[in-house]
Amino acid sequence: MPHSVTPETASADEHPAIKPEQSTQDVAMDDAPSLGEAEDSAKVNLEELFDDDDSDGEFASSAPVKSEEEASQPAATFKISDKSQYSDPDVMRAFYQRLFPFRYFFQWLNHSAVPSTDFAHREFAFTLSNDVLQRYQSFPTADLLRKRCIADTPPRIDIGPIYSTNPRDRKTVRKASAFRPVSRELVFDIDMDAYDDIRTCCTGANICQKCWAFITMSIKVVDVALREDFGFKHVLWVYSGRRGAHAWVCDKRAREMDDSKRRAVYGYLEVLKGGDQGGKKVNVWRPLHPHLERSLNILKEHFQTTILAEQDPWAGENAAHLLNLIPDTKLREALQKKWDSSPGRPSASKWADIDSVAKSGALSKSSKELLEAKQDIVLEYTYPRLDADVGKKLNHLLKSPFVVHPATGRICVPIDPRNAEDFDPLSVPKVTELLVEIDTWKEEDVEKKIQDWEKTSLKPYIDYFRVFVAGLLKEEKEKEKGGVKRERGDNGEAMEF
Amino acid sequence: MIRHDYSRVDPKRRAYIDHKKRQFAKAEFAQQNYEHRLNFYTLPPTAEVTLEEFETWAINRLKVLSELEACSFRNRSQEETAEYMTSILNKYLPLRSNSSRGTNLQEERKRDHYSHFILRLAFSSTEELRRRFSHLETILFRLRFREDDPRERQDFVRTLDLEWEEVGEDEKRELRDQMLAAIGSKKGEEQDWFKVDWERVPELVSQRKVLLKRGMAYVPAREQTSLVVAEFTKRLDEQLELTARALPRLDEDDRLAPILAHLSQSFTAPEAAYSSSDANIDGLSAINAGAIDTLSQNFPLCMQNLHMTLRANSHLKHYGRLQYTLFLKGIGLSLEECIIFWRRSFKLMTDDKFHKEYKYNIRHSYGDVGGDANRRGRGYTPYSCQKILTEALPGPGQTHGCPYRTFTVENLTGLLQRVGVQDREVLQGVRDDVKKQRYHVACNRVFEHAHKKEIKKVKDEGSWSATDLDTIVHPNTYFKRSWLLKHLGEGNAGVVGGDRMEE
Ligand SMILES: [Zn+2]
Repeated sequence: MPHSVTPETASADEHPAIKPEQSTQDVAMDDAPSLGEAEDSAKVNLEELFDDDDSDGEFASSAPVKSEEEASQPAATFKISDKSQYSDPDVMRAFYQRLFPFRYFFQWLNHSAVPSTDFAHREFAFTLSNDVLQRYQSFPTADLLRKRCIADTPPRIDIGPIYSTNPRDRKTVRKASAFRPVSRELVFDIDMDAYDDIRTCCTGANICQKCWAFITMSIKVVDVALREDFGFKHVLWVYSGRRGAHAWVCDKRAREMDDSKRRAVYGYLEVLKGGDQGGKKVNVWRPLHPHLERSLNILKEHFQTTILAEQDPWAGENAAHLLNLIPDTKLREALQKKWDSSPGRPSASKWADIDSVAKSGALSKSSKELLEAKQDIVLEYTYPRLDADVGKKLNHLLKSPFVVHPATGRICVPIDPRNAEDFDPLSVPKVTELLVEIDTWKEEDVEKKIQDWEKTSLKPYIDYFRVFVAGLLKEEKEKEKGGVKRERGDNGEAMEF
Repeated sequence: MIRHDYSRVDPKRRAYIDHKKRQFAKAEFAQQNYEHRLNFYTLPPTAEVTLEEFETWAINRLKVLSELEACSFRNRSQEETAEYMTSILNKYLPLRSNSSRGTNLQEERKRDHYSHFILRLAFSSTEELRRRFSHLETILFRLRFREDDPRERQDFVRTLDLEWEEVGEDEKRELRDQMLAAIGSKKGEEQDWFKVDWERVPELVSQRKVLLKRGMAYVPAREQTSLVVAEFTKRLDEQLELTARALPRLDEDDRLAPILAHLSQSFTAPEAAYSSSDANIDGLSAINAGAIDTLSQNFPLCMQNLHMTLRANSHLKHYGRLQYTLFLKGIGLSLEECIIFWRRSFKLMTDDKFHKEYKYNIRHSYGDVGGDANRRGRGYTPYSCQKILTEALPGPGQTHGCPYRTFTVENLTGLLQRVGVQDREVLQGVRDDVKKQRYHVACNRVFEHAHKKEIKKVKDEGSWSATDLDTIVHPNTYFKRSWLLKHLGEGNAGVVGGDRMEE
């Protein structure tokens, strides 16, 4: 059963809703790109990983690389600035000791409570505070991962695929082909920088609630497609800590997809094509595919509020772009004339003008063609803009949920897609705030001893994650019982435990 | 594209090859009977062939595959490809249906069967070769499948044992409108539908040409082609993996090894290679960062576009930077000068940010940093037109790629006018080329127009040979040729020969 997108239907044993505390603070944000396939133990500059202007980190092997010897030298240029306070080793140590949910994190990646190769052969990549990127790290148990995090205090952890052999042994396997990625979650990355050409409220690293709506509507459209069309049930949405969101589709069926299947899902979901000079970005045929019909229904409403009212994208001279998207020359000229004479006209009025001017006789094409052109415009301004490079390959790294974003200090917390609209990135707790919450917690408030994270505003997010993971494990277990062994044949790796 | 120079294999060498000895297969199928024209190539060949047949059949098939690859490179549609391939297939790899009443049906099918397996051997050694082979064999199979006699095609499909669940009447009634909308049909058309796991039809899913519900794809019976083709590819890919693993054992026959090696070599040079001699242009002294603005007049449109965007925005997005850096490296700009060039170009950026975020990638492109392989290879090779034409289209804010492909016709015309192409006939020619997706033809058309006078001169003088004026398929060739032509009479005429790019 796919999740319903309406919040009312959540039953008691399903995910608890996340209700983060409100905060009015505004912070400069911009998102970290995922890593390309960098070399082992690469020396990376933190700024390069986290502050890149256009999510460039995707390019394979472009990450700076130094030899292990060089890398082990203390980085002379690294200074603690007010920005780096969040990834200060003491902060990080306390974070991993007291806040990071290792137990559920382990179960999430292990797909079972008993340690298996799903976890042990999984690649983790650590970005250390001295700028070193360590790839191909692996851990047999949650506890060993935890110990290592506390010892090394990595400001960032990325998650790669499960390999055919332990990633640490990759150099000792006899044949190169014996070390290959075999499975991983299907992942998506939605980043604000893809919206820069239509976003008017903020630029660059900044976000506000207005432009966050781009991410919200993307989540709604993609989530329902993944569940209802592809039949996936275990889709985890995660705030990327600054100005975007990631999705992790954790169903076994998704994890086992090869690259061509991943490309097919991306192709199915992709609607906008072409660069800035490519003209019209939406070219879809009619009748609309049911996925587009449904998406349009979801997005129509957002178009009125987020686009027309809040972004006001066609103010003044920007109306030229709207005119370019209208296929009817006669209508275009009539509108141009009207708008030239009232330059202050807001986008919502301009949008309404299209129909009224057309009705007054300035339409040479059919009204059906005009309706379709308007639908295309709605899609161009609202339809999700996925970063295609992130998810098409099995072995791509993606930043882990629940780590701290070094620039904002915010935790990469889950987003409940059923209540996507309620998520406010600017009120996501910061690591430093959480540590204060633990310290100010009054012990006598409860009878039994509780975990540190339960004393903080991180609790609703971890509760959500716990229920998510429980749902995933339950299904894995049922599949095991229900004759999956027969289906899987000799590929018994997952059944060893 | 594929080279057609097969001269290194001695055609006179003739020997009988016993396939049994090479573990090609068990002997019991010694003479196979080919009931159907189409073949999923599940059974390996078992009969004996001469070495000459072995080689000739393979080369003929290779010719067909290379033409298919050329079609794919030129973005020809299925229909155009089919039309273009008709005569080539008739000549090199005829394969007629039973209803054609041809007399040579069994022999044709045998050749098709054997040549497929020979090339499978030759091209299973690396993943890149396997991928290309599988891609081209899939195109070939689809082409033949579409044109097969419908009744014979159904007979063939029945032998494949594909598991398709038919959509029942109730469900059909419930989903009819959605199923039709998904395939782009109007309401009311009646047809049969199949239901399969969506993973079985990734092609249809990727193009959003099928209804998906809870992980099932609802496929109209007429899309059977996609299902069969996907199954063909899937099985071929599996077989290629197996062949690759078995390959070491197949090396025993030393008479075949050179032929196989040669066949695969003929297949490994798909694009116009960049030759480092392109960076040595007589008469052009060492280029420094300050010279790029002037030299950009001689750049092909893709690089001029990047240059102008860079000047307009003082910034370029990643893939644009990469494409441009490699090109600049290719025209002979040193690493040091290249860093200076980018540093000055990103006017709005602090030194600190530049050094932290950008310098590394430039050094990496030059092979100054990075893993051993990158350094040994002196970084990345400048992109050829094929590479630029086949990579992903630019997204919002990006400017990489070939403008003939990525720009709308109106924007392209505007861009050409900005760089000085005003001739209406040329602009119309470009528009026609682009409509037919012959992007490199458009680019060469513009080149010939921009260098009309000079080309005439070198032709009249006979100072440049015809090959010096071949179709340009690499941006660095464009620059070199343009620069030399624009500096004729400065002691550089006629020096292009001898260090041309390898084809
Ligand atoms: Zn904003």
